[in-house]
Amino acid sequence: MNKNKEKLLAKRYSSEKRFQFLGKSAIFMALLFLAFFIFKIFSTGYTAFQKTWLIVPVNFDAETMYLDANPSKEDLEDADYFEISLQSMFNLDKNANEKQQNELKKMVSYFFEREIKQELINDPSLLGKTKEIYLTASDDLDQVFKGNYPRDLPEKQRRVTDYQLKIFDQLVEQGKVESKFNLSFFTYPDSREAELAGIASSFMGSIFSILVCLVIAFPVAVLAAIYLEEFAPKNRFTDFIEVNINNLAAVPSIVFGLLGLGILLAVFQLPRSTPLVGGITLSLMTLPTIIIACRASLKAVPPSIREAALAMGASRMQTTMHHTVPLSMPGTLSGTIIGLAQALGETAPLILIGMVAFVNTIPGSPMDPAASLPVQIYIWAESAERGFVEKVSACIMVLLGFLIIMNLFAQIIRHKFEKKWS
Amino acid sequence: MNLVLFIFIVLLGFTSYYFGRKKAYTIQSTNKRLTALPQFYGYYLAIWCAIPAFIIYSLWAIFEPTIVKLLILSDYANQGYLDDELNLIYEKTKALSRGQFTGEVTSFIQTSSEKYLNLRSIAQSSKVVIVLCIIIASVAYAYKRISSNNRTREPVEKFFNAVLFTASLAAILTTVGIVFSLIFQTIDFFKVIPLFDFVFGTHWYPAKAFVRDSSEALDPTMYSDTFGAVPIFAGTFFIAFIAMCVAIPIGLMSGIYLAEYASYKVRQYAKPLIEILAGIPTVVYGFFAALTVGPFLKDIGTAMGLEVSAESALAAGGVMGIMIIPFISSLSDDVITSVPQSLRDGSYAMGATKSETIKKVIFPAALPGIVGSILLGVSRAIGETMIVVMASGLAANLTLNPLESTSTITAQIVVILIGDQAFGDPKTQAAFALGMSLFIVTLCLNIVALRVVKKYREKYE
Amino acid sequence: MIKISAKNVDVFYGKKQALFNINLDIEENQVTALIGPSGCGKSTFLRCLNRMNDVIDICKVQGEIVINDFNINDKGCDVVRLREKIGMVFQKPNPFPKTLYENISYGPSIHGMAQSKQEMDEIVEISLKKAALWEEVKDRLHEPGTGLSGGQQQRLCIARAISVQPEVILMDEPCSALDPIATAQIEELIDELKKEHTIIIVTHSMAQAARVSQRTGFFHLGELIEHGLTDKIFKNPDNTKTQDYITGRFG
Repeated sequence: MNKNKEKLLAKRYSSEKRFQFLGKSAIFMALLFLAFFIFKIFSTGYTAFQKTWLIVPVNFDAETMYLDANPSKEDLEDADYFEISLQSMFNLDKNANEKQQNELKKMVSYFFEREIKQELINDPSLLGKTKEIYLTASDDLDQVFKGNYPRDLPEKQRRVTDYQLKIFDQLVEQGKVESKFNLSFFTYPDSREAELAGIASSFMGSIFSILVCLVIAFPVAVLAAIYLEEFAPKNRFTDFIEVNINNLAAVPSIVFGLLGLGILLAVFQLPRSTPLVGGITLSLMTLPTIIIACRASLKAVPPSIREAALAMGASRMQTTMHHTVPLSMPGTLSGTIIGLAQALGETAPLILIGMVAFVNTIPGSPMDPAASLPVQIYIWAESAERGFVEKVSACIMVLLGFLIIMNLFAQIIRHKFEKKWS
Repeated sequence: MNLVLFIFIVLLGFTSYYFGRKKAYTIQSTNKRLTALPQFYGYYLAIWCAIPAFIIYSLWAIFEPTIVKLLILSDYANQGYLDDELNLIYEKTKALSRGQFTGEVTSFIQTSSEKYLNLRSIAQSSKVVIVLCIIIASVAYAYKRISSNNRTREPVEKFFNAVLFTASLAAILTTVGIVFSLIFQTIDFFKVIPLFDFVFGTHWYPAKAFVRDSSEALDPTMYSDTFGAVPIFAGTFFIAFIAMCVAIPIGLMSGIYLAEYASYKVRQYAKPLIEILAGIPTVVYGFFAALTVGPFLKDIGTAMGLEVSAESALAAGGVMGIMIIPFISSLSDDVITSVPQSLRDGSYAMGATKSETIKKVIFPAALPGIVGSILLGVSRAIGETMIVVMASGLAANLTLNPLESTSTITAQIVVILIGDQAFGDPKTQAAFALGMSLFIVTLCLNIVALRVVKKYREKYE
Repeated sequence: MIKISAKNVDVFYGKKQALFNINLDIEENQVTALIGPSGCGKSTFLRCLNRMNDVIDICKVQGEIVINDFNINDKGCDVVRLREKIGMVFQKPNPFPKTLYENISYGPSIHGMAQSKQEMDEIVEISLKKAALWEEVKDRLHEPGTGLSGGQQQRLCIARAISVQPEVILMDEPCSALDPIATAQIEELIDELKKEHTIIIVTHSMAQAARVSQRTGFFHLGELIEHGLTDKIFKNPDNTKTQDYITGRFG
């Protein structure tokens, strides 16, 4: 009997250990996913913040450009840069045949003509001289230089030809290839060419959407929360509102997209693809989140404060506006920021209202068509070019950066300003 | 013009606030007792100034176009035009008056357009006049009332109360908006496609409907075997199932560990770290699933001699599961922590080990709450869009093989509605019908889950 | 015969000391009552005896508590085995949210005391009979335990405690949440139980201590002021503080 007991006890203890081990490994797994995830994004994305440039001598020959010796600014604007641009690329290999010349041209972005033009306009004295100019490398060569491109594939499966690689390697040897901080990633709008694509348009789109969302959702949510928490009579109608709010908080975001499409676009005829519509859609989505946060922090204000104010002869409206609401503001604000952070990361509803359209201008107002950061991630992720993979990761890093900042901000507000009622 | 009027009303509102307050001070200076603080006199006057004006202003904005249209088209009445043609005429008229008309200008439209411009300018000026009259009348009325030192606090507070109440209706309006946006398209869809075919059909191939000419659009025979949603529903639940297979064990065990075993320090760091997983945007998960997990599974599968699609249900479901872990862990952590300590004491005092206490006492006691949190997780899995769109492919296969690609309700909605839509097209309507089914399913899940959790909370409060 | 002997027991909650140098011997098969004003440490002392203070992170126990020649504060002591030997009944009835049967069978099943369903049925029946609850509940053993009245729930908890045949039963104000009739039933039960078990009861009510106990310890501000036979403590205490408390001058 006693021996049996010992055995049982040992079994019970080992099952205890097993259970604890399971718990620990569950936490470990969850954290491992997180770590792997962040590592993966960073390791594929950090290269996008560098951009490869080819340093090519350009001969600003006035004759080829149909310019006289002292051209005016307008002349410089109107001059023909195509020929000198082409020529400077062809000069990389004087013996190139026609096909190879074409390949030479494709080693830089299609933008190269404009880069050369800008150089001359900035410094007109270059006319008639030769200068080495930084030209954006094509996205494939960019990837080759960053070591992301499988060079050992058979030529047919590559977008970079052997000839291009040969010339490129020569340039690398001469030190004519350089990698510099990729400023254009932050200042350029979207583009079909990976080397020129930037997040400026989608970034502004996100900012406008979030602003619209804030302007609509915050006041409505705070007013609604004040009503429900401080003034609403306890009856079936307010119960119904409450159930509604809780349900809305759990409705899939794509349904809000259908709402935006079916009501805002189809019935109210608001302009498609704009941050205005996106912001309104997002505001409907964040509304319940903010209401719930605001109600929670109103609830946390102890009734004694209200009673004290009421006992002084303040009306209910005055009590609420002078005491309860200001005291609940830290909680409300941090809830709002968290709601906005959620909205900032939302993709599906924005796709449905057309913010997925290709936009290669930077929007100047909420009424201009735009994408948003998460949608940009989606658009780029769906592109076939290798160059976009690192862009997606980089864009994710920017987005996550914003989310982290917003959440930290919310935490700080909560911890610094929230009163602890004991 | 409209904006100017708007700003003007706002400015007048501010001015009347100032005058109202000033009036209160003058009343005070005659040694009369005020019935409220001076600001309330200001608010009172400002509300009376701005609100009636705004109401008239918005009513005008809503009805003006309709009335103008009626007046314009009354010229064409009894001439045998169809409704569509009349609409076209009206659109042409508007375009011409804006100078954007490119086409042959008939004399009819020319006169209409002149009439249109005329009407618009009359409308504009009469709007300004009427709004101003309203402002003057209502301000005069209110001013008279405050001059006689009438009560001002109660009406002002009543007004603010009404504003608060209106704001709280926003939640209901949103729900109503969702239902309305879905229901009409859905009804139209079921006029063409029988409900039975939709719910029990096993072929989903909306692209087939796209190639047809819109004149054929209403011929139901064309759509037989095109909009059978069974593969979509099956795919949705299948992927949600895979996700829950990942999320429930890991989420639940982490929740239990955090609630019962973890020291204060571990809890302080591990809990927020796990919750980061919930804050990562879903599109990021989608990219992760498509770029890393999908190809990884494919490689493993190929090494084992299995046929694995790069866009498999397993990749999408697995990554979705990771996303749902924090929902389950936080909720079950809360639920377990709210089980009263006395039950734990009772069990420990019987000589139970910690795991026995958890498995045999705490878990059963917390079960309703845990079930509620799992249901919320399922609802989230069903409604999740981007991961599926990016990682699970878009072809609606009816399969139970997790290594093949399947599609879900949400993914199909995106596939159909990405790009331009024609609202009369059954394909577009199908997306709304899918949206309706998604809304109903998640609504039921949410209501049940929230009710279970609420009941549970009440039990231990 | 001495069942439990506490030597120089100190208890700390964080930095605050809750018990000061407690020395107390507990006699076998007797009822020992611990009395004193609230916050005096009597419950804390009771929870030391089956190491329930382990559950509270910041709580530290020092000193020796010897049961059956074994110091339970030793590192080698197994709390699971200890608690099997020392049962406990709490202030508020805390039946598990399970059926009556499962409530009683919980202890025997985790300790592997029954080899078959039949044996388990027996244990359940005996425990319920000993707790004087059998007649009231024998027809609804498979209904939830939370459906009983407060007094029944507390007797259920006692039945649960005795189901594993503990040598000692600790009772932490077991009647404070009950009405007088239920209290009387429990007191009767305690009298019956002392034949087989050693019982230590913390109580607020001096009348109850006088009624049910043979020995009494008086705690005040974390110190054991006086202990001895109940009769002596109540009729002729040595210490003036005890005198004051007994006569109701404070507490």
